[in-house]
Amino acid sequence: MLTAIAAHFVLAAVLPLIARRWGRGAFVVGAVAPALTLVLAVSHADDALAARHPTETLAWAPGIGLEFTARFDELALLMILLVSGIGALVLCYYACYAKPGDRAVGRDSALLVLFAGSMLGLVLADDVISLYIFWELTTVCSFLLVGGDGLTKKLRKSATQALLVTSLGGLSMLLGLILLASASGTTRISEILADPPGGGVVPIAVVLILLGAFTKSAQVPFHPWLPGAMVAPTPVSAYLHAAAMVKAGVYLVARFAPAFSDLPAWWVPIVVLGLWTMVLGGFRALRQHDLKTLLAYGTISQLGFLMVLVGAGTWITALADVTLVLAHGLFKSALFLTVGIIDKRTGTRDIRELSGLGSRWPVLTAFATLAVLSMAGVPPLLGFVGKEAAIEGLLTGDPKDLALLAGVMLGSVFTVAYSLRFLVGAFGTRPTVAPTKAPPSGVAMTTMVGIPAVASLVLAFAPWIVEPVLAGYADTYPLPAPDYHLALWHGLTLPLLISAVIIAAGYAMYRASLAPKLAGWIPERMSAQNGYRAAVMGLDRGALSITGRLQAGSLPTYLGIILVTMVVLPGAGLLAGGPLSPTELRAWDSWMQLPLAVLVLAAAGTVVLARRRLTAVLLTGVVGYGIGALFIVDGGADLALAQFLVESLTLVVFVFVIRRFPPRFVDARPYFRRARWVKAGIAAVAGTFVAVLAVLYSGSRDGLPEASRFYIENAESATGASNVVNAIIVDFRAFDTIGEIAVLAVAATGAASLILARARQRPPSLAALDETDGTDETDGERTEVKR
Amino acid sequence: MTTDRPTEETDHDTDPVPWTFWDRPRDRWLMAEHNCNTWPRSLLLEVVARVVFPTVLILSVYLLFAGHNNAGGGFSGGLVAGLAFVLRYVAGGSAELAAMVRIRPPVVIGAGLSIAIVTALSPAFFGEAVLSSAVWSLHLPLLGDLKIATNLFLDLGVYLLIVGVVMDLLRTVGAGTELGGPGLDEETMERDEVERT
Repeated sequence: MLTAIAAHFVLAAVLPLIARRWGRGAFVVGAVAPALTLVLAVSHADDALAARHPTETLAWAPGIGLEFTARFDELALLMILLVSGIGALVLCYYACYAKPGDRAVGRDSALLVLFAGSMLGLVLADDVISLYIFWELTTVCSFLLVGGDGLTKKLRKSATQALLVTSLGGLSMLLGLILLASASGTTRISEILADPPGGGVVPIAVVLILLGAFTKSAQVPFHPWLPGAMVAPTPVSAYLHAAAMVKAGVYLVARFAPAFSDLPAWWVPIVVLGLWTMVLGGFRALRQHDLKTLLAYGTISQLGFLMVLVGAGTWITALADVTLVLAHGLFKSALFLTVGIIDKRTGTRDIRELSGLGSRWPVLTAFATLAVLSMAGVPPLLGFVGKEAAIEGLLTGDPKDLALLAGVMLGSVFTVAYSLRFLVGAFGTRPTVAPTKAPPSGVAMTTMVGIPAVASLVLAFAPWIVEPVLAGYADTYPLPAPDYHLALWHGLTLPLLISAVIIAAGYAMYRASLAPKLAGWIPERMSAQNGYRAAVMGLDRGALSITGRLQAGSLPTYLGIILVTMVVLPGAGLLAGGPLSPTELRAWDSWMQLPLAVLVLAAAGTVVLARRRLTAVLLTGVVGYGIGALFIVDGGADLALAQFLVESLTLVVFVFVIRRFPPRFVDARPYFRRARWVKAGIAAVAGTFVAVLAVLYSGSRDGLPEASRFYIENAESATGASNVVNAIIVDFRAFDTIGEIAVLAVAATGAASLILARARQRPPSLAALDETDGTDETDGERTEVKR
Repeated sequence: MTTDRPTEETDHDTDPVPWTFWDRPRDRWLMAEHNCNTWPRSLLLEVVARVVFPTVLILSVYLLFAGHNNAGGGFSGGLVAGLAFVLRYVAGGSAELAAMVRIRPPVVIGAGLSIAIVTALSPAFFGEAVLSSAVWSLHLPLLGDLKIATNLFLDLGVYLLIVGVVMDLLRTVGAGTELGGPGLDEETMERDEVERT
C-alpha cells in the first residue's frame, strides 16, 4: 500500500519529462499507476473483506511518535475503486481531450497523478496527522489544477477561492483531529473509532472536523467554490470535483460516523446542512444553462444527500450512503466526460445553443442517458438501487427520520428535474435552433464515457459484486445488521411507491419549468458568494488596519520601542534577581587601552553633534574601528578581524543608502525639536543600562563559565580545530550558524526585492540603461538595510 | 602576489590561438569609453583595484582555510572577498561588476545556503547525528600532513553566502549611483532642502 502511494509520487515527478518526449501520451503513462493500484486492491479485496484489515506502518519521526499507517478496510477499498478506477479512466480520457502539443500536458498529468496518489494516501491513512497531510495535498493539487496557467483573472479567483475555503476547513479539521487524538490518547483512527473518547472536548472536536468535511464537500454555506472551480479543464472537474476530491468530505464523515453517530453535535449539523445543500443545489441546478455548471450544482446537491445519509446513522442508511457514493462516482464522471466531448467537439456547453446532438451521436447519447437515469434514480440502474435503500432506511417511523425523508424527497424531485434538463438540453432537438454541427464524438472518448455508465447498469443487476464491500462498511456501526440486501426488486413496497412519486413529480417540475420562474426568490443577502467576498474583504481590511498601526514607517519609533522594551523587561528581571557579588573595578588593563578609549569616546561624542549625515556615519565608523582595536589589545584577533570587516562593509552600505537622504539632519519644525529630547532620553537610558550592566555582570563572574571551559577543552579533539571561536561557529553551535545564515539570506533577498520593486515604477528609458544582468538599476531608496 | 593579467577569463573561444598570441591579454584592462558611466573616473583607482583584486580574493580563501587554526573563518573570508568586489565596484560602478561576475548574486546566496544545509544533513546518511563532523587526515607527497574537517564545508557555505549577500547589496542598494539622478550630488540636495524649508 505504501509502495503504491510512493509509486504515484515518483511517477508524478518524472511525468513532465515524459510529456516533453511523448506529448499527451504522458497521460496514458500516468494512468498506469492508478490502474495498477486498482488491480492490486481488487486482487487483495479478500484481505479487506475478511476483517483482517492489513496495516502497514512507516515511522517517519519515531522520536516524537509520528508515523504513517495505512489500513486497508472496506471503506478504503470502496474509495480506491473510485479514486484509482475513475483516475485511470480520466487520465486516459485526458490523453484524447488535450490538444496535441499542449504545453500544459506535463504539468496537468503530473498534478493529476500526484492528486491520485494523495487521494489514495488519504483513504488509506489510519493516522490523523497523515490524514491531514494527504488532505491538504489534495487541496493544493486542486488549487494548481483549477488555476492552470493563471492567465485570466477568473482562473486565479476561482483557484484562490477553492484554496482559501478548503484550507480553512483543513486547518479546523487538523485542530479537531488533534483534540480528538489527545482526548483518546492515540493518533490511530482505527483505535479512536474502536474506543471513542467522551467528555466535554469531544463535541468541539467533532464540530471542527465536520467543518473540514463541509468545506471540502462543498456544503452550504461553503459551496460556491465548487461551481467556480468549473473553470478547470473538464477531465480535471470530472475527477477532482465530481468523483474523488469532493468525496473526501463524505469519506471523512463516513469514516468517523460509526463512532459518533449518536452525538447530537455530530448528526445535527450534518443533517441540517446536508438537507439544505441538497435542496439548494438542486434548485440552483435547474437554473443553469451551462451544462458543466449544471452538473456542478448537481454534485453539490448529491453531496448534501450523501451527508444526510451518513448523518441519519442507521445500518441501512449507511449501506445506502456507500452505495450512492459508488453510484455517484460512476454516473457523475460519465456525465462530466460527456460534457467534455460536447465542449470539445462543438465548442459550446450552453444548452441554448445545442440542438440535435442526440441523433448525431447515438452511442454517446445512450451512455449519457444511462448515467442520467442513474442520477435521477430510475430503475434499472445503480442510482435507483441506492435510493431505494436510502428511502427504506429512513422509513423507520421515527419523526426525525420522517422529516429527513421529506427533505430527501424534495431534493430528489429537484434531482429528477435537473437530470431531465441536462439530458434534453444536451441531446434534445430544439425547433428554434439550427442543428449543431459536430464531428463524430470519437471512439476512444465515447468508450471512456461508456465504461462507468455501463458499470452503473451492470452493478444494478448484480449488486452482489460490491455488496460485501458496502455491507462490510455498514457493519462497522455498533448496530445489529438487519436482513436487507441491495436489489432492484424488493416487491411492491412503500419505497418503490415513493420512488415513483419522486420521478413523476420531478417530470412535472421539469415540464412546468418552475425554477426559472422563481429566479431572484432567494434574497441577495443570503447569497453565500457574497458572504465569502465579505469575509475575505473583512480579513484584508483587518490585516491592513493592524499592519498600519504596527508598521508606522518611522525608524526612530521602531528603535525607541525596541530600546524601551530592552530596558524595561530584562532590566526588571535583572533587578529582581538579587544583589550582585561585589566587583573589583579596574581602570585599565593595558596602557594601550587609554588612547583607544579616548578616541572612541571623542568620536561617539562628536556623532551627536554632527550636522551632516555623512560625517555622522564616518564618526560611527571610527567608533567601530576603535572598538576593534580594543579587541586586539585584549587578544581577540578573530573578533577584531570580524569587527573591522563588518565595519568597512557597513560604511559602504551606509554611504549607498544615505546618498538618498538630505545631507543634513536639521529639521527646524517644533515637533521634531520636542521629539529630539525624547529620543535623547531613551538613547541615554538604554546606553547607560547596557554599559553599567555589562560592567557589573561580566565582572561578577567566578572564573570561566561551564560552557566556555567545555568548548576550550574539546575544540581540538572533537572538531579538529585549534581556533576555539571557529570550532564554536562551525561545530558546537553549527545549528545557530545555519539559522543565522538563513536569516541573512532571507534578509538580503527581502531587501533586494524591496529595492528592485521600486525599479518597476521607473520609466522604461532608464530601465533600458540596465546593464547588470537583467536587473534594473534602482533608485536605492530609504530602505533600511541593516547588517 | 599579483598576476599580470586580470583573472576573469571570460573568453570561451574554441578557435586555436596562434602561439605567438598566447601571451596577449584577451581582455581589456580597463573599460572602454563607451562603457563608462557618469561619475568621474580615476585611472589610478581603477588600475589599483584591478591589480589588488586577485590578491584580496586569495587572501579571503586563505582566511577561509586558516580559520580552523588561526584567526579567520568563512565569515571573515567571505567579508574580505565581498570587500574586494566593493573595491571594484567603487572603482568602476555596476558595469565593472557585471563584467566581473556572470553569476547572479541570488544564485551565489542560494548555493552557499545549500552547501551549508547539505553539509549539515549529510551525516544523517551515515547514521550520525545531524551536524556532527568528522576529521580526515591525509598524507600528501608535497604538502605534507593534511587535516580536513568536514565542517570546513559548512564554512565554505558561509563564505559563499556572505559573498553573495555583499554582491546583492552592491547590485541593489548601490545601483543607480552612477546615474547621477536628482539628490545624488550634494548641491542639488541642499538646494532641494532650502526650497523645502
